[in-house]
This record gives sequence, structure tokens and C-alpha cells, in this order.
Amino acid sequence: MRTRRWLPYALLIPGILWLAIFFIAPMFNLGATSLYDPNGSLDTGYRMTFHVANYGDALSQYYPQFLRSFSYAGIATISALIIAYPLAYAIAFKSGRWKNFLLVLVIAPFFTSFLVRTLAWTAILGDNSTFVHFLHTIHLLGPQGRILATPVAVITGLTYNFLPFMTLPLYASLEKIDPRLIEASSDLYASAFTGFRKVTVPLSLPGVVAGTLLTFIPASGDYINATLLGQGARTSMIGNVIDSAFLVRLAYPLAAALSFMLMAAIVGIVIFYIRRAGTEELV
Amino acid sequence: MIEKPVSVPGFAQFIKAQATRRAVLGGVGATGIAAFLAACGTSAGTKSGTAAGATVTDLSEKDKTLIVSNWPLYIDVDSKNQSDHPSIDGFTAKTGAKVTYTEDVSDNNVFFGKVRNQLAAGQATGRDLIVLTDWMAARLVRLGWVEKVDKANVPNVTAHLRQALKSPSWDANRDYSAPWQSGFSLIAYNEHVTKPVKDIDELFTRPDLKGKVTLLTEMRDTVGLVLLSLGKSPSNFTNDDFNAAMAKIQKAVDSGQVRKFTGNEYAPDLAKGNIAACIAWSGDVVQLQFKDPKIKYAVPDAGITLWSDNMLIPNKAAHKKNAEAWMNYYYDPAIAAQVAAYVNYICPVDGAQAEAEKIDPKLAKNQLIFPSAETLSKSHIFMGLDAATEKTYQDAFSKVSGG
Repeated sequence: MRTRRWLPYALLIPGILWLAIFFIAPMFNLGATSLYDPNGSLDTGYRMTFHVANYGDALSQYYPQFLRSFSYAGIATISALIIAYPLAYAIAFKSGRWKNFLLVLVIAPFFTSFLVRTLAWTAILGDNSTFVHFLHTIHLLGPQGRILATPVAVITGLTYNFLPFMTLPLYASLEKIDPRLIEASSDLYASAFTGFRKVTVPLSLPGVVAGTLLTFIPASGDYINATLLGQGARTSMIGNVIDSAFLVRLAYPLAAALSFMLMAAIVGIVIFYIRRAGTEELV
Repeated sequence: MIEKPVSVPGFAQFIKAQATRRAVLGGVGATGIAAFLAACGTSAGTKSGTAAGATVTDLSEKDKTLIVSNWPLYIDVDSKNQSDHPSIDGFTAKTGAKVTYTEDVSDNNVFFGKVRNQLAAGQATGRDLIVLTDWMAARLVRLGWVEKVDKANVPNVTAHLRQALKSPSWDANRDYSAPWQSGFSLIAYNEHVTKPVKDIDELFTRPDLKGKVTLLTEMRDTVGLVLLSLGKSPSNFTNDDFNAAMAKIQKAVDSGQVRKFTGNEYAPDLAKGNIAACIAWSGDVVQLQFKDPKIKYAVPDAGITLWSDNMLIPNKAAHKKNAEAWMNYYYDPAIAAQVAAYVNYICPVDGAQAEAEKIDPKLAKNQLIFPSAETLSKSHIFMGLDAATEKTYQDAFSKVSGG
């Protein structure tokens, strides 16, 4: 009996060690860096002065990029949901023997690198691409209009890159739905649409919640799409600011403070969302 | 120039160990986490870089190896086997040193992030020779993170380094560095989509280029050319000049003339015609012209900037002598010409042009590889900046360019 008591804890050791080394220690380091004297440099060293004002300064300077990141990520998440729901629905209920093949197709983009996939969009959306010529022809775009290097391109890239993260959880929860429940709804004189609304949608909610979180969180921190498809300062997201603060400007305290605030903001948004969705028991 | 203090390894390490111990004791003490955080500051780069001793015993004689980090596509390759570099084979045959050649420098800032912690802590980076652009090389020299080159071991560098490159402000005697390749930052345009663009003012204001212009995220390249267009020299300018240049760039960005700021990724966009004209690096232009002769370049009358990627020996390099032998070997004009035939940048070695004539007369005539005295006289090297100025300028530039 004695062994049983410590065994679960012993089994936790690898996980806890992993978290301590690769998560808690870096977080601690980041937290400390965010409180350094912002006037430090590599030549003079960085003194720990508990300069909490770093946070205020960072926020007052870069709140537009924060807001832009969350709105781009929000629009991308909603677009991904609109595209992925019918797709996942079709794979789960209508694909028959093509099911596995279609699932492989959903995952296939992961076989190439994120960077290459995003670069491919510069060809698709380029000023001389067929797509843009088509938009010019139907006058959806003015003669000087373009798609590449606009917010539309950045959001398109975000939507595309995180689409599989939306599709797979949706598929998983749709696929679990017992078809007899939908049959029962029609036995009770529900129309196909009512059945969908009252049975399928509520039962797929765990997938919706998981999918939106898996899309929204990485999309808000992403900076590759804004770099390659965006238009510099006009579309720069908070990830671009952090990247440049760390690597180019060597403003380590600022970069650390921004990273912490990004994490805090995302945790805040996620908690609010889960509460509002009323799905604590589902995730 | 920074004089390195004579290092007394034993003593310095003792002091350092004491400091560390105090920090740790403070952390676990009653004052708790706040005190631990308080001990978290970092010490000055220059001191910690040399405190533990910059040099280690040179293993060059005993261990005949050399570890080199360079940029991709920056050396000759065998026409049959892309991973074989004939000039390196020649080096090994001559010196007996086996070379581990890694193309792991793709961005100055990212590479700096990779080696910063080791160099700041006075540890070895596992590399004997690295290649970095002027301003980053200047930073490493300033921080005391690179070793002084023993001139007795590099007679070829002394004899054959091009005059224009002999004394950059950050290493006036070339005590710490030797250029690997150099390049111009100039204007490039795609003749399929636009008529010639001859200077920065056209680039910034011509209505037919609106939204079809990119500038470089590399602050010195973009700001350097704009300074020249204002009649100022990038080698010697004031804060007011810098602010005037920034205002000019800001205006072009606000008017929608400038589409975005880019790194290397402007090249495919220029080739496809997504952008019509841009500030470009000369080597990329040579490469693009190779595939499409309608990609043209312009040298504005106001002038262009000249930069170099420099060979440096990081502190604690285990094979310093072999690294110096490498520098010396690549400054042999015949070897330099062999590299120039594959790399599209400016060859920094005098006498290589005559050697290149033997390989391919067209190569020796290319103004972007062997520039004439006239082209060179129009080129300017961006001045070295101290840490505070560098940060102020970079912050201002990042705001405009979108970082």
C-alpha cells in the first residue's frame, strides 16, 4: 500500500522537471528581464531596478499593435470557423469511403514548412497573379488596387495557416455524434435545419471551442504572415514588435514586458470566452 | 579602439565566482524572490567578455581543424557536387587543416542572438571564424568579443586588401577583421513594368511607382541612400541629418509610395513585377540579371553605400592560427578570383581582377563584382555608431519600417 501513495508523484517527476526547465525557468528569466532598467545596454549591462513602468510604457506605445493583433486573429478565427465547419461536417457525415483520404488532405499542408506555405501565398495574391487580374476584371479592385501587402492578405494568410487546427477538433466532435439523435429529431417533426440547430450544433460545441482557441491563440502571436504578406508598419502585429525589440533594437526589457502582456491578455480573453460559452465542463 | 585588459584568468574567475555565490545566497535567503530578482541584472558586456580571459590555448598545431560559420551561397561550389567547395579543398591541401564549413549565418541579428549569451559569459562559441556585416562586426569589436588578428600571420591581407576598405571607422587598422566580400546598396528596377529609375527622389515621388516600391529593413542601407539624396554623407552626419532622412522616408511611407520594408525577400517580388523598383543589394541584382536581363540597377549621382561582410575570430576560438591561415589564404588573388567567379558580390582583394580575367573576361568586367575606381568613388561606408546612438536610430527606424 505504501508504494501506491508515492507512485503517482514519482510518475509526475519527468513532466514537472520538463516544465520547470523549459517553462518556469525561462518565464522567471523573462519576468526578471521585463523589470530591468530600460536604459541598460549590452555595453553597460542591465541593472535590476524593478522598473515596473516598463509595462505602462510598452502598453501606451504599442496598444495599437495589440488591438490589431487581436482583431486580425479574431477575424481569421471566425473565417476559419465558417470555412471549416461545413468541411468538417462533410468529412464526418458525407464522405463515405473517402473519409481517411480527405483527413490526410487536411493535414497535408503540415508536410511542408510554415514559411514555404506562407511564401506560396505571395504568388497566389501577387499583383500580376490570375486571381488579382480577375478581381480587376470584375471591378472588385480599382486599377491601382492590390491584395498583397494589405491587411486582407495578412488575414487570409492567418486563416489559411491555422485552418487545420480548426478543422480537426470540429471533425472529432462531429464524428462522435450519434446519428440516431438526428433521426430522433426528425421523428419528432423537426425540420432538417431545426435538427441541425438543436442537435448537431450544441453537440459540436466542444469542437468549436477547442478549434477557436487553437486558432486564435497562435494567430494573435504570429508575425510571419504580417512580415511576408503585410505592409510594414501599417499591418505590423504585436509579434513583429516583440521580434524586432528582441533581435534588432536589443530593447530586452521592453520585449519581455510586451511578451508578458501578450500572454496575460490571451489568458484573460480565453477565460472570458470559456465562461461566456458556458462550456467549462466540455473542455 | 578598445584595448583589451590583460587577463589574469585565475583572479578574474575568483571574483566572478564570489559574485555568483552572493547572488544565489541572496535568493534563497529570507529576502526571498525579490532579492533573487534583484540579483538578476546582467553585467557589462565588455567586462564579462574578457573577465574570464578572451583567449584559450590555441590548439591549431595539435588539432588541425577549423570551424567556419558563413552566409549561404557565399563560396565557390563544384559544378558537379554542390556540397563540395574546391577552394576549401585547396586550403586543406595547403595547410593540412580540415574545415567544418557551416552556412548558418542568415541574418546578423538572429546570429547575434545565437552567440550573445556565450560571448557575454566569456564562453566558447564552438566557432573559429564568423562572417558578419560591418555594423554587427563593429558591435562585437566594441564589446570586446573578438580576438585581435596577428598581422604576422596574414601578410596577404595587408598586401592585397582594397584601398577603399582599409580603414572603416570601427576598426581603423583592420586589427580585428578582414572583409570576406563587399557589396553596394543601390537602386534596382524591373524594366518589364517601369521605365528607368535613376535616383531616390524618383523612387520616393514618381506617381507611376506608387505602391510598387520597397525599401530595406536594414537601417543603414535605407537611411544611407536617403542621406546621400539629401546631400549628406553616411560616413559623417549629424542627428539633424538623420532626422531629416527619417522625415523623408516617413513622407514616402505615408503617401503610400512605399509598399513595405523587406529583407532578402524583395528579390522574388522584383523578379515577378509585384514591385517595380527598390533599394537592393548588388549581389542580388547580379543574380537576378543572370535569369532576366531586364532587371536593371542604377547608381544615383548622389552616391551609394558600400558595406562588407567581415571575417572575425570570436573570443575563445580554439583554432585561432588556423583561422588566420584561412584569412591569409583567401586573400591570395588567385583564390579570391576563384571565389568571385561563384559569388556575386564585390571582391575585396586587389589583383583578383587580373586573375578573374583568366577565368572569364566577362566576370572581370562586371561593375558589381570588380567596380571601377569611378563607381567606387561614389560609394560611402556608413559610420560606426556608439551603443546609445545606435539604439536611438534603430528605434526611430523601426517605428517607420514596422518592427
